[in-house]
Amino acid sequence: MRPLDLLWLIPALPFAGAAVNGLLLRNRHKPLVTAIGVGAPGLSLVLALAALWDYVANLRPQPFEQFLYAWTTGSLAIDVAFRVDPLSAVMLFVVTFVGFWIHVYSVGYMGHDPGYRRFFAYMNLFMGAMLLLVLGNNLLVMFVGWEGVGLCSYLLIGYYFEEAFPPFAGKKAFVVNRIGDFAFLLGIFTLFSEYGTLHFGQLTERILADPGAAQRPFLLGLSLAGFTALCFFIGATGKSAQIPLFVWLPDAMAGPTPVSALIHAATMVTAGVYMVVRTNVLYQMAPEISTLVAVIGAATAIVAATIGLAQNDIKKVLAYSTVSQLGYMFLAAGVGAYVAAIFHLATHAFFKACLFLGSGSVIHAMGGEQDMRKMGGLKKQLPATYRTFWISTLAIAGIPPLAGFFSKDEILAGTFAHPGALYRVLWVVGLLTAGLTACYMFRAVYLTFEGKFRGSHEQAHHLHESPRVMTVPLVVLATGAVVAGWIGIPKGVWETFGAHDRNLLHHFLAPVVAEVHGAGAEHGMSHLVEWLLMAASVAIALAGIGIARSQWKRRGLEADAAFAARTPVVQRLLENKYWVDEIYDRLVVRPLAALARGCWKIVDTLIIDGGLHVGAFVTELTGDLGRFTTTGNVRQYALYFLGGVVLLFWWMVL
Amino acid sequence: MGGSFLSLLLGDTVTRLVFFPTLAAVPLLFMGKAKPIAVKLYALAVSLVEIGLMLAWTAAHWDAAGLVVKDPVLPWLEMPSLSIVYEVGIDGISLPLVLLTGLLLPVVVLGSWKGVDRHWTGFTTALLLLTTGILGALVALDLLVFYVFWEVMLIPMYLIIGIWGGERRIYAAVKFFLFTMAGSLLMLIGILWLGWTYGRLTGLWSFRYQDLLRLDLPVEQQLWLFGAFALAFAIKVPMFPFHTWLPDAHVEAPTGGSVILAGILLKLGTYGFLRFALPLFPHAADRLAPWLLGLAVIGIVYGALVAWVQPDMKKLVAYSSIAHLGFVMLGILACDLIAWQGALIQMVNHGLSTGALFLLVGMLYDRRHTKKFEDFGGIAKVVPWFAFFLVFSTLASVGLPALNGFVGEFLILVGAWRAGLHLLVAISTFGVVLAAIYLLHLLQKTIWGPLTREENRGLRDLDVREVLALLPLCVFMLWIGVAPKTFLEPSRPALEAVLADYRARLAQPAPAAPGLGASRNPAEAGRSFLVDLDAPDRGVQP
Repeated sequence: MRPLDLLWLIPALPFAGAAVNGLLLRNRHKPLVTAIGVGAPGLSLVLALAALWDYVANLRPQPFEQFLYAWTTGSLAIDVAFRVDPLSAVMLFVVTFVGFWIHVYSVGYMGHDPGYRRFFAYMNLFMGAMLLLVLGNNLLVMFVGWEGVGLCSYLLIGYYFEEAFPPFAGKKAFVVNRIGDFAFLLGIFTLFSEYGTLHFGQLTERILADPGAAQRPFLLGLSLAGFTALCFFIGATGKSAQIPLFVWLPDAMAGPTPVSALIHAATMVTAGVYMVVRTNVLYQMAPEISTLVAVIGAATAIVAATIGLAQNDIKKVLAYSTVSQLGYMFLAAGVGAYVAAIFHLATHAFFKACLFLGSGSVIHAMGGEQDMRKMGGLKKQLPATYRTFWISTLAIAGIPPLAGFFSKDEILAGTFAHPGALYRVLWVVGLLTAGLTACYMFRAVYLTFEGKFRGSHEQAHHLHESPRVMTVPLVVLATGAVVAGWIGIPKGVWETFGAHDRNLLHHFLAPVVAEVHGAGAEHGMSHLVEWLLMAASVAIALAGIGIARSQWKRRGLEADAAFAARTPVVQRLLENKYWVDEIYDRLVVRPLAALARGCWKIVDTLIIDGGLHVGAFVTELTGDLGRFTTTGNVRQYALYFLGGVVLLFWWMVL
Repeated sequence: MGGSFLSLLLGDTVTRLVFFPTLAAVPLLFMGKAKPIAVKLYALAVSLVEIGLMLAWTAAHWDAAGLVVKDPVLPWLEMPSLSIVYEVGIDGISLPLVLLTGLLLPVVVLGSWKGVDRHWTGFTTALLLLTTGILGALVALDLLVFYVFWEVMLIPMYLIIGIWGGERRIYAAVKFFLFTMAGSLLMLIGILWLGWTYGRLTGLWSFRYQDLLRLDLPVEQQLWLFGAFALAFAIKVPMFPFHTWLPDAHVEAPTGGSVILAGILLKLGTYGFLRFALPLFPHAADRLAPWLLGLAVIGIVYGALVAWVQPDMKKLVAYSSIAHLGFVMLGILACDLIAWQGALIQMVNHGLSTGALFLLVGMLYDRRHTKKFEDFGGIAKVVPWFAFFLVFSTLASVGLPALNGFVGEFLILVGAWRAGLHLLVAISTFGVVLAAIYLLHLLQKTIWGPLTREENRGLRDLDVREVLALLPLCVFMLWIGVAPKTFLEPSRPALEAVLADYRARLAQPAPAAPGLGASRNPAEAGRSFLVDLDAPDRGVQP
C-alpha cells in the first residue's frame, strides 16, 4: 500500500475527531479532548506529507484520483472521490500544515475556556470540510466542503454564543455567503446541463474539445463559459470576501482568534481563489469576466487597505488586510497569473496566520483587550510575539527576501505585463495598495509594540509572554513567512545571475493552467523591466513603512488625531467603512423585511383570509336571513305560495 | 368478497399494511378505562409492529426493478355496466412515502407523550385511522379507492386538531376541513366523469388506474379534469394562494398532529400530481405547467419571506413548509427525471426535517406552554442537547450539503435547469438564500445570545424519550445526505416508466374526441415507450 491510498483518511480523521469530541466526550475529559482535537489534524498532516511525497516523487504531473463511493448514479452520476494534482497538492499542504499549528496554538489560547471541547470539535469539523473542498475531484464534493466550511465558520464566529453580537455576526456571514453560493449553484447547474459531468478533469477536457460550444451565446448576453465563470466568481466573492460581498469578514472577527487565523485568513477565505484557479479554463475563454475579476480584485484590495488604515481594533486591521490581500489574489487570477494567485495564497497563509496568532497572543496578554489605543510598548513583555509579528509584517509589506515580496511582485508583474491600458491602471492600484499595506501594518506594529503602555493598571500588571504551546506555532509560521517565497523566485532573477530557472512553483503548477488556444500567452518581459518592477514595489513598501514610522512610532495616537483633524471627511469615511453596511441595510435588508411583512399582513391576512371570511360571513348571513322565512306558520307559507304563483303567471304572460 | 378480503388482511400483503392500524384500533374500544400509560405503550407497540410489518413486506416482496407490486385485485361492486375493484399496490413512487409514514408513526407517539394530556384512547384511535387513510391513499391503484382513502384521512385529522389542539383549534379545524373538502369534491366529480367516459367507450365503467390511463381525451376535457384534480392537490400541498389553512392548522394542532400533517399529509398533494394529475392528463398538464410553476416558485419565495417575520416558532416552520413544498412542485412540474427523483426524495426529506422541527418546538411547548420567540432566547447553555438537535434539523432544512435537504433541492434544481427553466430555477435558488435567513433567524431567536428570560434558566434538557423520537429522524437526515444513492435508486425505474409514458403521450396530439389508447399497465408502462430520458428536454410541445 502506498501513502496515497490513505488519502481518504486525511479528511476522515478530523471528521472522526469532531464526532468523538463533539458527541462522545464530556468536558471533564480534557486531556483526551486535547489529544484527539490536536492529534487528528496532526495525523492528517503526517499522512498529507507522506501522500504529497508519494505524489511528487512518483506521479507528478498526472493527477491521482481515489474513488470512494457513488453519491448518485443514473443520469446524474456523481462520485465521492478525491483528486491530488499539483493545485490540490499545494492547497493540501497549506491547509494541513497551517491548520495543525493553529490547533496546537489553540491548546494554549483556549485552555481556560469552558467550551474547550466544543471548540475543538468545530475546528476539526472545519478541517475535514476544508480538506473535502480541496481534495474533491468534482464540483459537488467541492461544494459540500464549501458549504461545510461555511457552517463551521458560522458556528465558530458565533462560538461565544452567550453574547449578543457573535451569533449575529455568524448569521450574517452565513447569509452573505449563501448569496454567493446561489450563483455558484447556478454555475454548477449550467455545467452539468451542458457537459453532463461535474468532474474537473472531464469538464476541462470536454470544454477544450469544443471551444466553440463554450463560447456560444448563453444567458444574460454572455457566452456559456462567460456565464459560468461569472457565476463561479460571484460565489467566490462571497466566500473570499470581495466587493460587493466582503461585509461579513470584518464582523467575523467576533470568533476566537485562532478561528480568525485558520478560517478567516489562511484557508477558508482563500477557497474562492482556489475555485477560480480550478476552473481557469472558463476564465481563459471569457476574457470579459477575467477583466471583471481583475477589476474587482484590485478595487477590493485598495478599498480594504484604506479602511485598514483607520481601524483601532487590532483584529479588524488584520481582517481588512485579509480582504485586501485576497483582492490581490483575484487580481492575479483576473490577469491570468493563476500560479501567482496560488503562490500569494500560500505565502499569505503563513504570514497572515502568524499575524493573527500574534494578535491573539497580545489579546491573551491584555486580558481580552483588542483596542490598539489601549496597548503600546508591548515588545518588552512579549518579545517572541513581537519578533514573529514584526517578521510577518515585513513579509506582508513585501520586503525581500521574505515570502510576501515574491508573491506580490509576481502579481504586479503579471498585471503590468497584461496588454491594455486598463491593466496599467490596475497595476498602479496594486502598487498603491502595496504602499498602503506596509503603512497600515506598521501602524499596527507601532501602536501595539512601541511607545508607552496606554492600558489600565491591572492590564499592565497582567502582561506576560504566552506559553510555549503558543509561541512555538508563532515561530514556525514566521519561519514560513520568511522562506515560503523561495519556492517561487522569478525566472528573471535566476537568469540574471546566469543560473537555471529554478522557479519551482511555476514548474510544479504549470499543468494546472489549461492550455486554451489563443489565450493566456506567457508574458515576455525583459529582465530589466522585471528588476525595475521589483524595485518599484520595494520602494513603495519602504515608503509606506517610512510614513508609518514617522507618524506612529513616536507620536502614537497623536498621529491619528492629527490625521483626523486634517482630513475629517476622509477620516469619517474610513472609520465608518464607507457606510457599506448601512447602505446594504437600507437598500436590501429593510425593504426585504417590509416586503415580508406586507406579504404576511396584507396578502395572507387581509386579502386571502379576509376574502374567505367575507365569503363565510355572506354565507352565514344568507342562512340567517333565510331562517326568518321559515317561521312554521302555515298561513305565511300559503302567502309565499300565492306570491310564487303570481310571479310565475306574470312571467309566463309577459 | 368478504372471505378473500379477510385472506388479504391476514396474508403478507399491502392490504395488511394498510389495515393493521385500523385493526389495532379495535381493542382501544375496550380500553376506555385503561391508564394513559398503558394506552401510550400500546400505541407505541402497535406503531413498532406496523413499521416492522412494512420492513418485512419490503424485504420479502419488493421488486428490485422498482415497478409496482400488487395485491390480488378484489371485486368491490359488480353490476352489469359497472365494475369497481379494490386494487392496491406499491411501486417505487409510493414506497418511500409508505416507509416514511411507518417511520413517523412511533415518532409521533413518542412526541405526543406529554403534549396530549387527555383521551389517549381517542387520540390513538384517530392516529391509527389516519395512518390507514394515508397508507390507503398512497397504495390505491383504483381512483375510487383512492378517493375513499383520501377522504378517510380528513376526519381523524380534523378531530386531532379540533380536540387536542390549541386555543383556536375549532377555527383551525373547520378551516382545514372546508379547504380540503372544497378541493376534493371537484376531484370526485372528475373521477366520476373519467369512469363514465371509460364506460361509454368500453361499455363497462371502471375507475382502475391502469384503465383510466388508456383514456385519450381532447385537450379541453383534459383541462377541466386536470383543473379539478390539480385544485384538490394544490390545496393539500398547499400551493400559494391556497395555503392559508396550513399555518392555522399547524399552530393549533398538537405536536403529533403537526408532524403527521407536515410529514405526510401534505405529500399526498404532491404525490397526487405525480401519480394522477400529470400521467392522466398530459396535454393539460403541459399547457398549465407554466402557471403552476409560477405558483410553485411564488410559494418558495413567499413562504420563505413570510416565515421570516413570524412571531411564533410553529408558524415559522409552517410557512417554511410552503416554501419547501414549492421546491417539490417545481421538481414535479419540470418533468425531468432528475427533478422527479429530487422531488420524491424531497418529499421524504421534508417529512424528516420538518417533522423534527415540529417535535422540537413541541418539546419547548411542553415545558413552557408557549412557542413565541419573545419567550425564548439564549437557551443553548441551559439545554445543550435540545440546541444540538435544533441546529442539526435546521441545517437539514436549510439544505446544507451532506444532510438530506440538499440532495432534494440540488436534484430538483439541476433537473429543472436542464429542462430549460432558467429564470424559475434562479428565483428558486434565491429561495435557498432566504431559507438561510429565516431558519438562522429561528436559531438566533431561540438558542443563541444572552438568556433573555429568567424562567428559562431552569429549563429541562431533552430526556431519553425525546431523544429517541428525534434520533431516527436525524439518522436518516444524515444517511440520505451522505449516501443518497441508496434512497434514490429504488424509485428510479418507476419514475422513468411514468416519465417515459408521459413524454410519449405528449408527443402525440390530443384527439378531438375521447378515445382509448394502448394498454398502459403501470407495471409495464414506459418499457415500450422508453425514450432517451437524459436528453435535455426543452419545451415538450411539438
